[in-house]
Amino acid sequence: MTSVLYDAPGPKAKRRNLILSVVFFVLLALLLWWVWTVLDDKGQLEWSLWKPFTTSDAWTTYLLPGLADTLKAAGLAMVIALPLGAVLGIARLSDHRWVRVPAGAVVEFFRAIPVLLLMLFANEFFARSTDVSSADRPLYAVVTGLVLYNASVLAEVVRAGILALPKGQSEAAQAIGLRKSQTMGSILLPQAVTVMLPAIVSQLVVIVKDTALGGVMLGFTELLNSRGTLAANYANVIPSFIVVAVIFIVLNFILTSFASWLEARLRRSKRSTGAVLGADDVDDLNAGEVGGTLGTGAEK
Amino acid sequence: MFDFLSNYDDPSLLGAFWVTVQLTVFSAVGSLIWGTLLAAMRVSPVPLMRGFGTAYVNIVRNIPLTVIIVFTSLGLADIFGVTMGAPDNFETKYFRLAVLGLVAYTAAFVCEAIRSGINTVPVGQAEAARALGLSFSQVLRLVVLPQAFRSVIGPLANVLIALTKNTTVAATIGVAEAALLMKEMIENEAQTLLIGAVFAFGFVVLTLPTGLFLNWLSKRLAVKR
Amino acid sequence: MKLRKVTAASAAVFALALTATACGGGDSGDSGSSSGGGDKIKIGIKYDQPGLGLKEPDGSFSGFDVDVATYVAKELGYEPNQIEWVETKSADRENALSRGDVKLIAATYSITDERKEKVDFAGPYLLAHQDLLVAADSDISEATDLNDKKLCSVTGSTSAQNVKEDFAPDAQLSQRGGYSECLSALQNGQVDALTTDDSILAGYAAQDQYKGKFKLAGLKLSNENYGVGVKKGDTETVNKVNDALEKMVSDGSWQKAVEENFGPANYKNEPAPKIGQIVQ
Repeated sequence: MTSVLYDAPGPKAKRRNLILSVVFFVLLALLLWWVWTVLDDKGQLEWSLWKPFTTSDAWTTYLLPGLADTLKAAGLAMVIALPLGAVLGIARLSDHRWVRVPAGAVVEFFRAIPVLLLMLFANEFFARSTDVSSADRPLYAVVTGLVLYNASVLAEVVRAGILALPKGQSEAAQAIGLRKSQTMGSILLPQAVTVMLPAIVSQLVVIVKDTALGGVMLGFTELLNSRGTLAANYANVIPSFIVVAVIFIVLNFILTSFASWLEARLRRSKRSTGAVLGADDVDDLNAGEVGGTLGTGAEK
Repeated sequence: MFDFLSNYDDPSLLGAFWVTVQLTVFSAVGSLIWGTLLAAMRVSPVPLMRGFGTAYVNIVRNIPLTVIIVFTSLGLADIFGVTMGAPDNFETKYFRLAVLGLVAYTAAFVCEAIRSGINTVPVGQAEAARALGLSFSQVLRLVVLPQAFRSVIGPLANVLIALTKNTTVAATIGVAEAALLMKEMIENEAQTLLIGAVFAFGFVVLTLPTGLFLNWLSKRLAVKR
Repeated sequence: MKLRKVTAASAAVFALALTATACGGGDSGDSGSSSGGGDKIKIGIKYDQPGLGLKEPDGSFSGFDVDVATYVAKELGYEPNQIEWVETKSADRENALSRGDVKLIAATYSITDERKEKVDFAGPYLLAHQDLLVAADSDISEATDLNDKKLCSVTGSTSAQNVKEDFAPDAQLSQRGGYSECLSALQNGQVDALTTDDSILAGYAAQDQYKGKFKLAGLKLSNENYGVGVKKGDTETVNKVNDALEKMVSDGSWQKAVEENFGPANYKNEPAPKIGQIVQ
């Protein structure tokens, strides 16, 4: 791989890079070896602590129902937050002040409050104003909290995506006589969503992780909450955390891989209709917004 | 209605939010440094460092922060005996561990923001720097990063706002910040909603001005091209 | 063209999600409203406290709170299979009762004045004390030698606040997300003692994995009167639960439940408390 940041390595640079690689590798290996021995010393590698994860009870009673709740909440939150975020993002770009200002206020407000508290308030709202049964309420509250927060963040992503499009796009649309809604719906939004896909996906990862907040106060039996019950039974705190961390990593890896595949597909089809942004522009934008919007992925 | 607030003086409401601010500031500085290093690794000529940077970001970003923070206490402190220079002062020890966890997590996001900032610097800049005979680290330090930072103030502001709210997770290892005081109040007072509202307001006060200020700053400092 | 497909698809998914949730709401709405009807009773417990309220690997529930609740429910006319257990986190207990999510709560629920403003209590059914769990070979036996010790408790809990404010303000206190995390720290020698209600500690010390490793110090640092939480103003239920608790003590089931759940680990239970008598 060549980069604009450094010259193609000559013989001397190659040697230096090799030495650096080896040193780095040795340091990393030493660190891992140390971690392993200390864990062993402290008895954390004892089979009795890990054995529960090979029994079906541990999975069917704790982990799988927890995973199911995590997926249910995350899935619902994504499906609702995505369109809502798009609507809010477009509303912030409206020509009408009375649309633009309230949408902006909503976005700024819900981005500023920790998600955990949003869930808490949502839970109370459902209890007082609706007849959602108490068994379903935690799910409703968790989804509502996630939707309010993430739709606000997604709104910003969509807005940034639309603003990043070349002006010529909307001008051309107007020139051929499209209405404002048509310009937005058939010209700007599709391109913005494609461009912003990496940022949107990162936000979806945040949704998956934030479901874990539902177990803190509302007793929503998601994965991290079920882990507590499991560890209370088997007395294996550290292994249980490691297992749950791995599950989350795998889950989010699947999500991001799916998204890259989708992105590659969309890009390919774009090419036929003539890409608006050069490949470099797109990369700049994507990466930029990935960092930005990802960061807003609050744990709480 | 808010009488109960006066029952708490160690820490008081303001004191607890002050700890939140401290956590935010220390973690922000730490993650800016570590995140920049990670970004440098991800664009460096050494393949193994690139690999490490990529793996680090992809793993850390995908784990819930709660798990990472708990690991600093259960793993680092209990198993590996990391005391952060304060073996006998739990307050300092867990505060520092929390900062460490927040830095480890937030740096992954800072890294991605900066990397994208590097992408916005025109190719000609780096090429010109190389033509002058600057080495990789010089190109990065003197030419690319200063420009990159200016273009990612917006994204970094978002990271900072998220970090402010994320400090609440430090309560899980007993750092006496806002979320922990909230838990204590809820335990004692039996009026969850009112207490929640008070703390929600506190976070709005902290995050809204930060966001507005940094937005303004990013517009001011933007590299006009 | 492309877009139309995408929008159509997302609209379909959105609609699907809405109907799915709507259906879910409808179904369980029915079962929720029938809880007062008499065929099911919802009782709030903890899911993660061995000896008090624990969800077992086979999906059943065990512990002293569970036994008490089962007995009380039986007296109220509900067989064990008619009980629907609900996890009530500490922060959500008052609200769960006032909203009617659960009929009763037996979840290490100490009777306090603040809580009595929000909910009514039957009982108390157990008098617990804040105590220390220490390594089996530890020499801590007095409350006075706590100030130079390292303690662990659960974040924001009453026990943690007591340590800070009352009996050991100078002790190093590590607050953690759960008792299991504290036990891990105790096992690894990072703290000298884990402190909370002796009933909770006894439950952990009695677990197979920890048997023989820890003991209770036997300090009575506070009085915790565990009561059964009932919705504010529901005096009828309070009275019925009180009668059931009295009967449980008098027919010996109470003592049996204590011994079964808190067995080993140097736990000396207090005699069954008198109904309505709160030890300050």
